[in-house]
Amino acid sequence: MTARYTPAGISRRHLMATGAGLAATGIIGLPQQALAADPIKVAGIYTVPVEQQWVSRIHKAAVAAVEAGAADYVYTENTANTDYPRVMREYAEQGYKLIIGEIFGVEQEAREVVDEYPETAFLLGSSFLQDEAHPNLSVFDNYIQDASYLSGIIAGAMTQSGNIGVVGGFPIPEVNRLINAFMAGVRETRPDATFQVSFIGSWFDPPKAKETAFAMIDNGADLMYAERFGVSDAAQERGVLAIGNVIDTQADYPETVVASALWHFEPTLNAALAKVADGSFTADNYGTYSFLKEGGCSLAPLGTFDGKVPGEALALVAEREAAIRDGSFTVEINDEEPKSS
Amino acid sequence: MEIFDILLTASFWAAAVRIASPLIFATLGELICERAGVLNLGIEGIMVIGAFSGWMAVYLGAPLWAGVGVAMLAGMLFGLLHATLTVPFGLSQHVVGLGVTLLASAVAYFAYRLSLPEVTSPPKIVPFQPVEIPGLSQIPLIGPAFFNQTPLTYLAFVLIAVVSIVLYRTPLGLALRAAGENPASVEAQGLSVTAIRMGAVIVGSGLMAVGGAFLTMSAFSSFFFEMVNGRGWICIALVVFGAWRPGKAALGALLFAAFDALQVRLQQTPLGALVPYQVFLMVPYILSILALVLMSRRAEVPAALMVPFNKGER
Repeated sequence: MTARYTPAGISRRHLMATGAGLAATGIIGLPQQALAADPIKVAGIYTVPVEQQWVSRIHKAAVAAVEAGAADYVYTENTANTDYPRVMREYAEQGYKLIIGEIFGVEQEAREVVDEYPETAFLLGSSFLQDEAHPNLSVFDNYIQDASYLSGIIAGAMTQSGNIGVVGGFPIPEVNRLINAFMAGVRETRPDATFQVSFIGSWFDPPKAKETAFAMIDNGADLMYAERFGVSDAAQERGVLAIGNVIDTQADYPETVVASALWHFEPTLNAALAKVADGSFTADNYGTYSFLKEGGCSLAPLGTFDGKVPGEALALVAEREAAIRDGSFTVEINDEEPKSS
Repeated sequence: MEIFDILLTASFWAAAVRIASPLIFATLGELICERAGVLNLGIEGIMVIGAFSGWMAVYLGAPLWAGVGVAMLAGMLFGLLHATLTVPFGLSQHVVGLGVTLLASAVAYFAYRLSLPEVTSPPKIVPFQPVEIPGLSQIPLIGPAFFNQTPLTYLAFVLIAVVSIVLYRTPLGLALRAAGENPASVEAQGLSVTAIRMGAVIVGSGLMAVGGAFLTMSAFSSFFFEMVNGRGWICIALVVFGAWRPGKAALGALLFAAFDALQVRLQQTPLGALVPYQVFLMVPYILSILALVLMSRRAEVPAALMVPFNKGER
């Protein structure tokens, strides 16, 4: 489904076909021209609905850019990987200057399309690094290991049994990196912690994630790392704690989610917008814009758990956060598949 | 052996029953269709529409049971479409079924986006809660596993009996089975094969949709587009596994669910450190295929399955 985001709210459209959405662009885009600097035409192409945790952060940043007058944004969600190159071409043909999205499932084909449109800047989530052979393609990913590590420090202080459950989708680098950083954080405050790690082989099967979490809680886990939807639900039902990932879900689980490692896509997108505007967009790795010191990630406010987390843990979090910011401490980037211990 | 320790825990069996419940609804639904002679490959999409519509109704303020009713009606609507195309028109059941799956999934997603254009994470409803059955839930092992479940799970198990009785002990069931074995004999009795087959597909689709609704209204509390995740296709295999008999098919669903609950737990044993997790995820499917191979040797396939019936044709 294709949709157009405009700040006024009056011309928000949700149209069936990409073509129809693009046809509407010329008409609805007009009020934007009044702004001082011309907003850059940005198109998002997502393989999942914009509710999905990871994509929701990209979408949120793009919406913020529209509201700041820096971008003019349309998006197509739930695009099948097989359809992805076609949608890329359609937006490129329509004159969109910056195309954002994720090509984890279409790495090769997407690069072929990128080469066909050298005038268009592509900023795409990818498992591979940038390549000079594709000068108009920059890659990114959610390198939020800094925040994951900090959330681990809190988790280590909150677990009673030292038995922590981790339910992931697939062991791909992005997922592994955050789990490993989380585990490293836990060991700071709970060196003897043990981990139960499982992958459910699906991104969207909350009932399955929930069942997997139940099994871990039955097996003694008293704190769950909620990489997938469904895990916090199991934790809530069984009265154990959870740590969130990428988004803050504490509002839905006020007694369950202690802390969350948040991803902020804004620094990544704003850097790309600035480079497209001054014509300096080249092949680059934007992953570093997700680092804590770039403002690309943060620890969510403790909220309902304010005052319930031990002071020493919070002191360590503050100390490490400062050290990460001034460069005296680096959280290891470890993309290996985490194992149970 | 850790495996026996796992098999002797009530929480393992409770998990197996939970995982089996949506499969039981959808398998019974598919079985009714196939017993009448119609293969319903719309099952996957019909489960999606059931998962969506039931949840949406509750989200909009309907009581939970009304949501189940809405899901069933939505499934029956797509069943009507499937039945119309395959029974009176006699079109390819494979093509129509896959078409219905694609259409129903797309409609569910389209309706979802129209009704919730801007949400950051899918909204939640208060799902069915487990209800303890007094007395029975006190039985060791079996009690907490079978008698501390949500009402929808109880309904699934009651339906196994209901479908069995209707199929084997009533004139309606006889006519339905005959429509799938020898439709000409049904017509000779003065009954309409078209009406029986259409009715079977519509009712069966309604049950499939309730199976989908179980995912959003009992197993979980919000709707995700891809959350049915192939469960419908598993039910097609379960019908074959059960040799087109409701009791056996439900047993197959429970067996599959038990394997699934087992693999999750085995991953946390010392074995899990040695074997890649993908192998564990495969276990329920591999064992089901093996069981299918063994069981289907003696299966009696409805003779007129996938054979369109044209009145008066010889």
